[in-house]
Amino acid sequence: MAAQPEEAGGWRDIGAYLKSAGFRFAALFAVLFLAAILGFALMLWWGTAGTLSRQIDDAIRADAIGLQEAWRSGGVAAAMEAIGERLAVDIDDHAIYLLMDEAGNRLAGNLDRWPSAAEIPGSWSADMVRRDGVAVPARLHRVPLDRGHRLLVGRDATDRENLRTLLSEALLWSFAVAVAFALAGAAALRRALADRLRAASATAGAIAAGDLSRRVPLSAQRDEFDQLGASMNAMLDRIDQLMMGIKGVSDSIAHDLRTPIARARMRLENALLRAPDEESLRAAMETTVADLDGISRVFQALLRIAEAEAGARRAAFARFDLAAVLTDAAEVYGALAEERGQQLQTSWPEKLEMVGDRDMLLQAIANLLDNAVKFTPEGGTIRLTASAPARGKRDISVSDEGPGLAPMDRARAGERFFRADPSRALPGSGLGLSLVKAVAVLHGGELQLGDAKPGAERPGLEARLTLSSRA
Amino acid sequence: MQILLVEDDAEVARFVKKGLQEAGHIVEHVGNGRDGLFMAASEPFDLLILDRMLPGGVDGLRIVETLRSQDNKTPVLFLTALGSVDERVKGLKAGGDDYLVKPFAFAELLARIEALARRPAMEVPATKLAVADLEIDLLSRTVTRAGRRLEVQPREFRLLEHLMRHAGQVVTRTMLLEKVWDYHFDPQTNVIDVHVSRLRQKVDKGFDVPLIHTVRNAGYMIRAEA
Repeated sequence: MAAQPEEAGGWRDIGAYLKSAGFRFAALFAVLFLAAILGFALMLWWGTAGTLSRQIDDAIRADAIGLQEAWRSGGVAAAMEAIGERLAVDIDDHAIYLLMDEAGNRLAGNLDRWPSAAEIPGSWSADMVRRDGVAVPARLHRVPLDRGHRLLVGRDATDRENLRTLLSEALLWSFAVAVAFALAGAAALRRALADRLRAASATAGAIAAGDLSRRVPLSAQRDEFDQLGASMNAMLDRIDQLMMGIKGVSDSIAHDLRTPIARARMRLENALLRAPDEESLRAAMETTVADLDGISRVFQALLRIAEAEAGARRAAFARFDLAAVLTDAAEVYGALAEERGQQLQTSWPEKLEMVGDRDMLLQAIANLLDNAVKFTPEGGTIRLTASAPARGKRDISVSDEGPGLAPMDRARAGERFFRADPSRALPGSGLGLSLVKAVAVLHGGELQLGDAKPGAERPGLEARLTLSSRA
Repeated sequence: MQILLVEDDAEVARFVKKGLQEAGHIVEHVGNGRDGLFMAASEPFDLLILDRMLPGGVDGLRIVETLRSQDNKTPVLFLTALGSVDERVKGLKAGGDDYLVKPFAFAELLARIEALARRPAMEVPATKLAVADLEIDLLSRTVTRAGRRLEVQPREFRLLEHLMRHAGQVVTRTMLLEKVWDYHFDPQTNVIDVHVSRLRQKVDKGFDVPLIHTVRNAGYMIRAEA
């Protein structure tokens, strides 16, 4: 029972191996390599054995033309004489001639018999011929002659045949070596690919198993694999950030929503047990309802911050006029400031087009103005300004005349539920700046906190949002 | 009003049904989406209150989409725990008329229901709205009270217009934020109160009968009688 699936697994493994990208790359490599070797061998053959053959043929052709000339000008006698002369000067003993009359009698030449391959006048052939009792390979050309005579011109091709044999053997051996190299190279290539990918796939596996801290190791080469690894790491960082966001929310909920829930619960329990009359019971319940409203407001704010931090709303980015949003916010909070005897000064260009999340930015600006109104004393001035410092950049600044924020508190101001000591007595959840910060990051920028009037007794707070129009 | 409530949580449904009945409405309640769609399609209701996530394979969005595709224009209010901006947009796009996120105050729900019930009448374009001796002209965007011209700013005009379109009904702060300011979040300070009190200064100050009233634990109302 157990053996069968294993066997099937083995076949499947081979199938998978053949389908793997590594194998395909390696096979492609091997085929290309062998094709190159083949091309090289063909060139070599053409350049050596081929050249030799062509030289032999050229010599035969020249001889044939010379003998035909002699035949035409002087008949049989001239041809016989010319053959005799040529044989006399052929020191290498490579030349082959045979002139026969119509009866088949040899008139001149160094062959005993007419070779069977050269029957057709004008034909070229290769045949074994007997010379001095030894059979040798030869290249033969039957020269067309009139009057029934036959003339054969040829060359001993022993050297050429030797070279061919030598070359074929050498090429066969080198091809065998090339195949071995191609296979070894392909295997090495496949292994190198697998090795480079192993780190990434091990990382992915570890992450799938729950270890989000793992990253793909990058080599110093900065090649394609490193680029892929870097993109994977960037993606993992993003996922990690989202997970942290979720964790942040659940931590905040655990930590800071329990207290108000406990308070509401205690109030109800206390009223249930000890309320002397219906009226105080009713009062306690009303307060509890208000408490619960507060809790759901905090809850809503936390979700909203998480929404901004997750960056999920970036898909909803659209083009809008920031100036209109600012005018809107100034109108709403101007009335609030006026109510408190404060003044809201504003300044921004007539048009401030940008791409972003209008709702989120509006809320961020509202939160900053809310803080400014809260902390500025009566008769004070709040400034809301905005500008486009560079192409695609938008700055929004809100400054107040409040107590300001101590430098050590500034870094913590964006944390959820953080409230600087002087503000603990005022209403607020400690979530306002967290949202502002998250919205700034969502828009590819940041929230900078500083003194509105550095050095003054009441330095005030300047909150500056630096945004990228194209986040 | 005949109201259909599709809500799977029995406790919330009981609370809403009881409250609406006390306010003089007739309420049918079903606990799953399929029954809800069947009821909404087969019986005439003045208003539907739908949860988004419902058992029975048919969710609130599907109900609205199906009804709208059958040319059923019954006003729909979503009452749901899905509170993100995207979800809200989805709900309104599908054909919902209003969107209220749980947890909610009953007064808020009631105010929104009554505002929705009034909507068909608004299809007739009015050029003038009047409450007692207060009159606004929607074309020239002027406000007069007892024949005297009152100067209001554009946003105050929109605030007043919204209150007057719902004269005799409670308009909550969140409704004003959404409808007049297009704010879909809860500002930390109650900015609405400041704006209403400024409007009140202009509309009611110096006159015997105040028209803009604060409804405790709910919102505001404009009405003729004191």
